[in-house]
Amino acid sequence: MADKLELRECYGQALVEAGRENERIVLVEADLRKSTMGELFRQEFPERLFEVGIAEQNMIGMAAGLALTGWTAVANSFAVFASGRAFEQIRQSVALPRLNVKIGGSSAGLTDTGDGATHQSIADLAIMRSLPNMTVLSPADGIEMKQAVKAMLELDGPVYIRVGRIAAPTLYDEDYKFELGKIVVMRPGKDVTLAATGTMVAVALEAAELLAKEGIDARVLNVHTLKPLDEEAILAAARETAGIVTVEEHNIIGGLGSAVAEVVSAAGAGSVVRVGVEDVFGQSANSYEELLAAYGLTPENVRSKARSLLQKA
Amino acid sequence: MADPKLVAELEEKAKMIRRSIVEMIGDTRRGHLGGSLSIADMVAVLYYHTMRLSPGDPNWEDRDRFLLSKGHAALAQYAALIDLGYIPQEELYKLKDLGSMTQGHPDMRKTPGIEAGTGSLGQGLSVAVGMALGLRLAGKDSKVYVIVGDGELNEGQIWEAAMAAAHFEVDNLVAFLDNNGLQATGCCAETMRTEPLSEKWAAFGWHVINIDGHDIGQILDALDEAATVRKKPVMIVAKTVKGKGVSFAENVAGYHHAEMTTEQYKQALAELA
Repeated sequence: MADKLELRECYGQALVEAGRENERIVLVEADLRKSTMGELFRQEFPERLFEVGIAEQNMIGMAAGLALTGWTAVANSFAVFASGRAFEQIRQSVALPRLNVKIGGSSAGLTDTGDGATHQSIADLAIMRSLPNMTVLSPADGIEMKQAVKAMLELDGPVYIRVGRIAAPTLYDEDYKFELGKIVVMRPGKDVTLAATGTMVAVALEAAELLAKEGIDARVLNVHTLKPLDEEAILAAARETAGIVTVEEHNIIGGLGSAVAEVVSAAGAGSVVRVGVEDVFGQSANSYEELLAAYGLTPENVRSKARSLLQKA
Repeated sequence: MADPKLVAELEEKAKMIRRSIVEMIGDTRRGHLGGSLSIADMVAVLYYHTMRLSPGDPNWEDRDRFLLSKGHAALAQYAALIDLGYIPQEELYKLKDLGSMTQGHPDMRKTPGIEAGTGSLGQGLSVAVGMALGLRLAGKDSKVYVIVGDGELNEGQIWEAAMAAAHFEVDNLVAFLDNNGLQATGCCAETMRTEPLSEKWAAFGWHVINIDGHDIGQILDALDEAATVRKKPVMIVAKTVKGKGVSFAENVAGYHHAEMTTEQYKQALAELA
């Protein structure tokens, strides 16, 4: 397996593979299909892809209409537009009637590095998580992306899936089995927990390596499903270790950190420290790594947050 | 020209729908009276003549679809659905009650015969376009009928959907524009000028038919014409009177969402007897 896989390519390929097996899958795109990789689907099934132009609200409404006539509709755009521009359409036309519409939020997080704050998506998880009936997925690598797409298409109901615009380090091998709603323990550990989602799972694993060198045994969780959240695994981690450091390529408000803190605080089960974009907008940068460093989304910062949590414990 | 006997029958159905709308609000509730009354004639023609339906099997695959993009006018649709047996009769007196099928805005998961979730304005036309494409792709000959409000044309998404319907050449979609000239705050022309309406829809690539939306014969003729149109969506611009049939509510923006005194309620029923 390649060291790194382009997440959006894996997403697009998975849609094509699913499209071969299930002829009821259709795509709706808003003039970004060459970025979302919906283009791969169009090449094989041109009659099953509807290009609506730069009109995300209509894209979601049409996806709802397609779902209402028996199709599994996948609507793709950049995460910031899919979740933001079309939020109200997702709320009323999709989530409320519980329709079989899947929303692909592409170029998610800070991965649209060059385009800057307008195109970066640091609120999509918070927005989508707040909608009843919505399932929220955030896969960590290319292998998981492919399987998550398969699982999403098998589920009857609205799903939001986050897709980064990067080649992500491959964490799983081909026999990995994705289970929707089930946290994966990437590394066992008893001292402290690093709970990460999406592209930050790899960063958390690196942080755990740094901590191991300092004699700290960190548990690493891959929270690929933000909703429904695997509360059992979260609470077990909170109780069995000194506390949880959450790591996400998202605002620290409303995303993974909030979801974990909600569960842990309700149970009085321990401490949660959030690593993420600290309630500021992003900006352009020439490299993704440079941008991550500017917002503290690094193994070093995760390590230091984990250490300070341990000191307090 | 439409058959006079059919016209007379449908006029009775429209009157029944108007009476039910008034009864749903009664003298104890508040409801969207004006915009429900303005579409009663179109709803009557669609439900009692044009649409292919199976009331005993609301999800029948080959049915025609009806959507209210102006979801607040659901009372008119509820009236037909109650009369046709989709919704139990007692729901007529449960408008907006906790747990009722007659929610303030249509909810397909709560109410048989409702096809989508609408109410937040400007969204139903996009859903209708998606449905029309979905039916076409599945090789079904069912049609999609949708009523759009004129105030709702303020929403940008309407025009996104207008472009898409023409672009995809959906000819299994027939829309009515309920042109009653009023919206929540007052006159459409003063709130946000959307005229000229017919020209706009024609410019967006639609086949436009202009009618008096309270003339059953004209509604029937327009639907006959719509059935012959190919490769274009159809917009029937229906000039209507908000509050039609209840004299004190006619053309009064205040009756967009209103309550009636006991005296007004009795008067309204008497006028619709």
